[in-house]
Amino acid sequence: MSAQPRMPTESGTPDHFQYMHPTLRRNYGQWSWHERPRPGVLHHVSRTGDQVWTVRAGTQRQMDVHTIRKLCDIADKYADGYVRFTIRSNIEFMVADEKKVKPLIEALTKEGFPIGGTGNSVSMISHTQGWLHCDIPGTDASGVVKSLMDELHQEFINEDMPNRVKITTSCCQINCGGQGDIAINVQHTKPPRINHDLVANLCERPSVVARCPVAAIRPAMVNGRPSLEVDERKCICCGACYPPCPPMQINDPEHSKIAIWVGGKNSNARSKPSLHKLVAAGIPNNPPRWPEAAAVVKKILAVYKQDAHAWERMGEWVERIGWPRFFELTGLPFTKFHVDNWRGARASLNTSAHVRF
Amino acid sequence: MSKKMHATPMLDQLESGPWPSFITGIKRLAKDNDMAVDLLGQLEHSYETRKGYWKGGTASVIGYGGGVIPRFSEVAEKFPESKEFHTIRIMPAPAMHYDTATLRKFCDIWEKFGSGLIALHGQTGDVMLQGCTTENIQPAFDEFNKLGFDMGGAGPSVRTGMSCVGHARCEHSCYDEGRAHREVLNSFIDDIHRPALPYKFKFKFSGCGNDCMNSVQRSDMAVIGTWRDDIQVDQAEVKNFVKAKGREYVIDNVTTRCPTQCLKLKADDTLEIDNRNCVRCMHCINVMTKALSPGKDRGVTILAGGKRTLKIGDLLGTMIVPFMKLETDEDFGKLVALSRNLMEFWVENGLEHERCGEMIERIGLNNLIEGLGMEVDPNMVRHPRTNPYVRLDGWDDEIERLKQVKAG
Repeated sequence: MSAQPRMPTESGTPDHFQYMHPTLRRNYGQWSWHERPRPGVLHHVSRTGDQVWTVRAGTQRQMDVHTIRKLCDIADKYADGYVRFTIRSNIEFMVADEKKVKPLIEALTKEGFPIGGTGNSVSMISHTQGWLHCDIPGTDASGVVKSLMDELHQEFINEDMPNRVKITTSCCQINCGGQGDIAINVQHTKPPRINHDLVANLCERPSVVARCPVAAIRPAMVNGRPSLEVDERKCICCGACYPPCPPMQINDPEHSKIAIWVGGKNSNARSKPSLHKLVAAGIPNNPPRWPEAAAVVKKILAVYKQDAHAWERMGEWVERIGWPRFFELTGLPFTKFHVDNWRGARASLNTSAHVRF
Repeated sequence: MSKKMHATPMLDQLESGPWPSFITGIKRLAKDNDMAVDLLGQLEHSYETRKGYWKGGTASVIGYGGGVIPRFSEVAEKFPESKEFHTIRIMPAPAMHYDTATLRKFCDIWEKFGSGLIALHGQTGDVMLQGCTTENIQPAFDEFNKLGFDMGGAGPSVRTGMSCVGHARCEHSCYDEGRAHREVLNSFIDDIHRPALPYKFKFKFSGCGNDCMNSVQRSDMAVIGTWRDDIQVDQAEVKNFVKAKGREYVIDNVTTRCPTQCLKLKADDTLEIDNRNCVRCMHCINVMTKALSPGKDRGVTILAGGKRTLKIGDLLGTMIVPFMKLETDEDFGKLVALSRNLMEFWVENGLEHERCGEMIERIGLNNLIEGLGMEVDPNMVRHPRTNPYVRLDGWDDEIERLKQVKAG
């Protein structure tokens, strides 16, 4: 007679007050203003007169328990035993005494956690799972991000960009990384290769047909078995058919390339939120360090840093100077592929005589 | 636990450089965890061949239908110890606060039952406990569950919510994000744990228009803080700011950056604001944190239908509620009711694997607003239609109906 299985306690999202630094808990909803004394440090003042200093540090996101315990040790010794994480996997330590800031920064720096990611810096790249855990990735995620953050380390620990820079990566065209000032995304360039022997057993064919954004997939009998075929003239190589039907292999070591997009913005500050736009493609998927992708990103950042006005996010800067100038300044070629031909494309065309020389 | 390490010349290159290395971390785990040894082997194999080798499958815990991301290796004969490498998603508290005692318990449980690799946090907002055998999913989850943590969503379900630090440490916060997050998500617990929706549904909560949770593009229902009255101005602090930075700086970086040109720096170094034309974008408040604050009559703006690329392309959410108060128990009840209505309308009308935003694109915003029992509002559009392709034979009746509505 085996023991009864334990049924789950459906507790949902836990109460946050129990895990919150006492100063934050005490001043919940009472904060008055803040400043940044130095990159990586925030100083918040409450209407009650209480103050809190936050030290933000970058992490590798995919953390082993030893790293997490090390961060806990630092929090216990220098920061009252509380931390929180940002959505870009930065860790924040809160202290209510300014004198605690310096030793905390020293402890984190000594253990190799860069202090920064605040204000007008390049923050940690929000990223996906990649080859480490995903079932459909065209590239790795953690490795790309580690390589890029090594290159952008100075931009993380300093605040000398015109405005904040949010970079994202995605290892397929689902774009889990989301919108970013710069987005580094896999772009497949060849239609899926279909293993017709497996389709009937593994794929729910009608739903695969329905997934295709361009209606390029049709049911077909191949080698006497039910399968699917792709009209390769219509196919836009998005890979939407691959997750529900793994025998439609879209990933290719050679032809799954990297594309770079700029100008995504979620904030409402100044301009409305905007989607990122394609600026470069055909970049080789080149582990372990992805130097070609890094070179393009660094070039774009350098031009933005030099040319944008204070407070202009990347997309706002390009809107001001115009896309022709962006391509000129970055040296990136403008091609027929940059001209949108998807639904709603007309809204992206220049319906005016406005032109800069 | 002493499996020999695989040669990983490519991954080894990711151990140098100033940014913390996840490879160094996994290698440390591999000293006493064979799963981590073979994980590194498989990852190196991916780097060499430029292909992924995980496939999905089925794995869960008793009572739930989702929340585990099953992963089975396609190269298990080479790397048998990581042949099952599932992820357990756990919902963190709003704004991802932790005390170290809790994080240490996480580590102890995961060291005992899993690979020892934890992502803080995944893009949806979950704690991602990566690397677990099928057999160990249940005992591992039981331990987290006993600690007061519950499983997050996966598959066609309501997903784990996200909210910004907001009330806990931000002066821009216009509502209690943590409360809204918990009240809404915890009213959908069944839909989180038992995937039965057309596709995923995400809620995200940002305390102001800076939208630090990226809710406008990453959630089916975005709740963004705002205010209805005037920006609070401390003119003495405005003067201090002008004195410190200079008039030119304020004109170049504050007043001329206002999207509706509703700010004016006066000759006496005070700030004049045409609040009727302020769109609550947050820019001036971001720059002058001490002098300017959101107004006192606060609430939320709600957008629906943000999503990522597949199938029809990335979509930003669209405004469905320009403003609602969010202070009293009744207000929060209304928010929960609205979220329930929006989701149920989509469950009723969405196609299989169609996100809420894609449904809105297909059926038109009018149908959604009518379905929610709401009235259209000019704030919902950038501009009225530019084409005459619409049946207007109901115009007079509609004008009459609107009059009646207005008259109550």
